[in-house]
Amino acid sequence: MTRTIVLAAATALLAAGWLAPGWAADRKMVVIGFVGLERPLPSRVGPLDESPVDEGVAGARLGIADNRTTGKFIGQDFRLEERRLGSASEVSEAVHQLASMGIRFTIVDLPAPALLAASAAAEQAGMTILNAGATDDRLRGADCRRNVFHLAPSRAMLADGLAQYLAWKKWRRWLLVVGSGEGDRLLAAALRRAADRFGAEIVGERAWTFRPGQGRSDTGHVVLQAEVPRFTRSSDYDVLVVADEEDVFGAFLEGRTDSPRPIAGTHGLVATAWSPVAELWGATQLQGRFRGLTQRWMTARDYAAWMAARSIGEAATRTRSTDPATIAAHLGAAEFLLAAFKGEGLTFRPWDHQLRQPILIAGPRLLVSVSPQEGFLQQGNRLDSLGVAKEETTCGLQ
Amino acid sequence: MRTPVMAFLAGTATALSVQLAVAETIYVSNELDNTISVINAETLAVVATVPVGRRPRGLALGRDGRSLYVAAGDDNRIDLVDLATRETTGHLPSGEDPEVFAVHPDGKRLFVANENDNLVSVLDISRRRLIGEVEVGVEPEGMAVSPDGKFVLCTSETTSMVHIIDAATLALVDNILVDTRPRWAAMSPDNQQIWVSSEIRGTVTVIDAATHLEIGKIGFEVPGVDRQLVQAVGFAINRAGTRAYVALGPSNRVAEVDARTFRVERLYLVGQRVWHLALSADEKRLYTANGNSSDVTVIDLEKQEPVASIGVGRGPWGVAVGP
Repeated sequence: MTRTIVLAAATALLAAGWLAPGWAADRKMVVIGFVGLERPLPSRVGPLDESPVDEGVAGARLGIADNRTTGKFIGQDFRLEERRLGSASEVSEAVHQLASMGIRFTIVDLPAPALLAASAAAEQAGMTILNAGATDDRLRGADCRRNVFHLAPSRAMLADGLAQYLAWKKWRRWLLVVGSGEGDRLLAAALRRAADRFGAEIVGERAWTFRPGQGRSDTGHVVLQAEVPRFTRSSDYDVLVVADEEDVFGAFLEGRTDSPRPIAGTHGLVATAWSPVAELWGATQLQGRFRGLTQRWMTARDYAAWMAARSIGEAATRTRSTDPATIAAHLGAAEFLLAAFKGEGLTFRPWDHQLRQPILIAGPRLLVSVSPQEGFLQQGNRLDSLGVAKEETTCGLQ
Repeated sequence: MRTPVMAFLAGTATALSVQLAVAETIYVSNELDNTISVINAETLAVVATVPVGRRPRGLALGRDGRSLYVAAGDDNRIDLVDLATRETTGHLPSGEDPEVFAVHPDGKRLFVANENDNLVSVLDISRRRLIGEVEVGVEPEGMAVSPDGKFVLCTSETTSMVHIIDAATLALVDNILVDTRPRWAAMSPDNQQIWVSSEIRGTVTVIDAATHLEIGKIGFEVPGVDRQLVQAVGFAINRAGTRAYVALGPSNRVAEVDARTFRVERLYLVGQRVWHLALSADEKRLYTANGNSSDVTVIDLEKQEPVASIGVGRGPWGVAVGP
């Protein structure tokens, strides 16, 4: 406890420029904030599921640990100041409080409205927000903000990654099944856009309106065995594409659809930034470090938060500086390059501050593919066929 | 795979056949098969496949000329392969998850990168015991010892540094920031320069070994291949210090570099995702391990072209050349 207070005080003094750089055992501290919401313990859909309470923040902690190892060789140190809030209404206050401690970078794992509140609160303090949770396209479009960088991919990027793979497979006729959540509706919109871009046809669309969570009751399988075939009856299609971000019903579909067709989207072949099955390009090492820290698998949310913490570390290392303005400038600079176990260096799009990144197509036990697929590559950066390209952006950053 | 090679050899001028009649042996670690492919360099045939520990990557010949050391990452040990019997005869401790190691020129010690623990472990070969460790950056990978035996080099991939370690005291002499995800390091034969490859930036940085300042940066361009896929991985410098050969990963090329001017002279098309490479003893040939196409490309450096491709196990990663 004493140590925390001392560090916090030292940080405030350092930020105010009152301490000589030689203080704190010659290591200059960068404190990174983390703001997320306390989530109710997720109800497990199946008996094999893990239900982490530290999803997201655990990735940030690992990123800090990696930064510290690097930092010790060049006199830099890193610390995470965590705030887990009971309600989104507390976000502005939390950001103000972090800012008053001298913190100038905060990783947020928040829904879009709360993220915009965090961005507004951060603005006054000159704080940069790193989005490690929200996939909303509007945050990269009409509601983009100059002080926000997006580590999480947008729904458009996820949908495009999936659509490219399905196009490569020539599975062009989709039956789209959409959940009742706001995120499901937005993902469905991204999937329709992706279908259009990559030559797929949505032959039918279904809204899942059944009551949730009966899959494991004694009679659940009997009900589902009757319901799902009726629900998925359709003119012929190649693949059932499911938008169920909250994992309410997607798991009920496999093995029960009316026609024997593969399932893709949020279930089956999952389009995601990260998955426990990722092991290419040295990913085994990151998975191993994460599992050593948490005794569980690393999710896409953990991965985005890890990348957020590492981005700050990378910028501090490259510029050999702990000055917030210098670090922030490097995040937005053309030389910024993040190594994140995706086989190539990752950079931010200058027009919307979105981190370009390959999208994994993950099966339940093994990686199936990685998009972009050959044949859809863009002029310029090959990753710009995923998501909103410069010509289409509605964000006014550039 | 062998047939076209032999046909090619048969149909070539005698001079070349003589030149290719190299009495040496090529050893290739197959990361996904847990084996070492043994290739007769004269016939270019795989003459033995030696089972070793799990996920073999780094490999090197012992100074005694009788054994091959193989880092078996998933078994946390270094296997000893007897070159005469072509069997695994034992193993050495290595610390956790050994990936790459370097043998000291005196043949007594071996320096291992423990990728999961951010450590370099020091092994006494004859006593088969770990006698020291050095804390380095995140994901240590490339390992080298200077030809004069004074310094050990280690690259850390996520930290993006080359660490210089005093081989006698095991003290960290310096930690030099290099381009992103450094994979391989070597000291030039005259001990004057440190070379480091960067996978993600796709460059090789050359550092003055006395001042520790950067004196050169080598970039690579492959026509028709995305810049992001032109990545620098393993490399080798010839004994005279005049030529360097750099494996360019998923661009499926090896670059030949003038090691004095740092100019890229030419590119060789090799198999897919070339990881590491080794020169023949006479330095007239280069052997490359191509991870995704599971083969070894043989480049004739006098003719300046690839002359053969040899199928090996799955996921070939490292190459070593012995008698």
